[in-house]
Amino acid sequence: MVEALTIVLGVGVVRGWRSPLIGVTAATVTLAVLVAALGPALQVVPIETLRLVVGALLLVFGLQWLRKAILRASGYVALHDEDEAFRRERDQAATASSERRAGLDWYAFTVAYKGVLLEGLEVVFIVISFGSAQGRLGLAAAGAAAALVLVTVAGLLVRGPLERVPENAIKFAVGLLLTSFGCFWGAEGAGISWPGDELSLLVLIGSLGLASYLLVRLLRRQRLELLASGAEA
Amino acid sequence: MRYLRSFAGFWWDFIVGDDWRVAAGLALALGLTSVLTHKGVDAWWLLPLAVVVLLAGSLRRATRGAGDR
Repeated sequence: MVEALTIVLGVGVVRGWRSPLIGVTAATVTLAVLVAALGPALQVVPIETLRLVVGALLLVFGLQWLRKAILRASGYVALHDEDEAFRRERDQAATASSERRAGLDWYAFTVAYKGVLLEGLEVVFIVISFGSAQGRLGLAAAGAAAALVLVTVAGLLVRGPLERVPENAIKFAVGLLLTSFGCFWGAEGAGISWPGDELSLLVLIGSLGLASYLLVRLLRRQRLELLASGAEA
Repeated sequence: MRYLRSFAGFWWDFIVGDDWRVAAGLALALGLTSVLTHKGVDAWWLLPLAVVVLLAGSLRRATRGAGDR
């Protein structure tokens, strides 16, 4: 959501707010339609099958986030710089063509629409996964809507990209939670009964968190050794 | 055809991501958990173990290039 805000701000500051805001609204409506269509459709799938599929998808998705967050925390991949992304978006918006379609600045509309839609798909995926596996789609959607309002209000208040948000720490935590819930539901869908029932979810989060922390430490040390050996050579 | 390919490519990137081996390994681990459970083995430990091994392996592959440069 922070990345989507940066894209919209970068375009809006240079080309005016009307077309990007219409793009944001159109993308939000598309995402809401996706949740409204997919959510009830998933309720007819048996819960065991649903948990297996949702668990597998959450695992694949969560491990992507966790992997990226570990690579960033250990210094192998540069941290995402919202200020730099904002400047890049603003510069591209300043030099792009000013074609008009349907009364809109087409560049500003499509960039805002695509930015919000692509970033929002991740949110929709999480909302549908958690909401359908627990039978609480409305609550999951309300949580996502609250986060959207929070990010929008924060963006309006600071009138700029949210570069001080500890983005990698948030992605680390989200990756950890997605992977742990994916593991829990995926294994339940495959037929196992967890020892300690739902308490084992806390053990999963703790163990995976510890393993991730150790991997960050290990990779950091490995990287420093590489840098030191490179400096000596 | 081009649109179909880019549509499929988008969903592949979105779900599978940078390392297809992780997705394949998870599918294998889930399948194995299911088979073992239906044979009466209490295999709750298999998936968490597979997750840690797959994550470590993927990170190793991602950082190995840095040492070669």
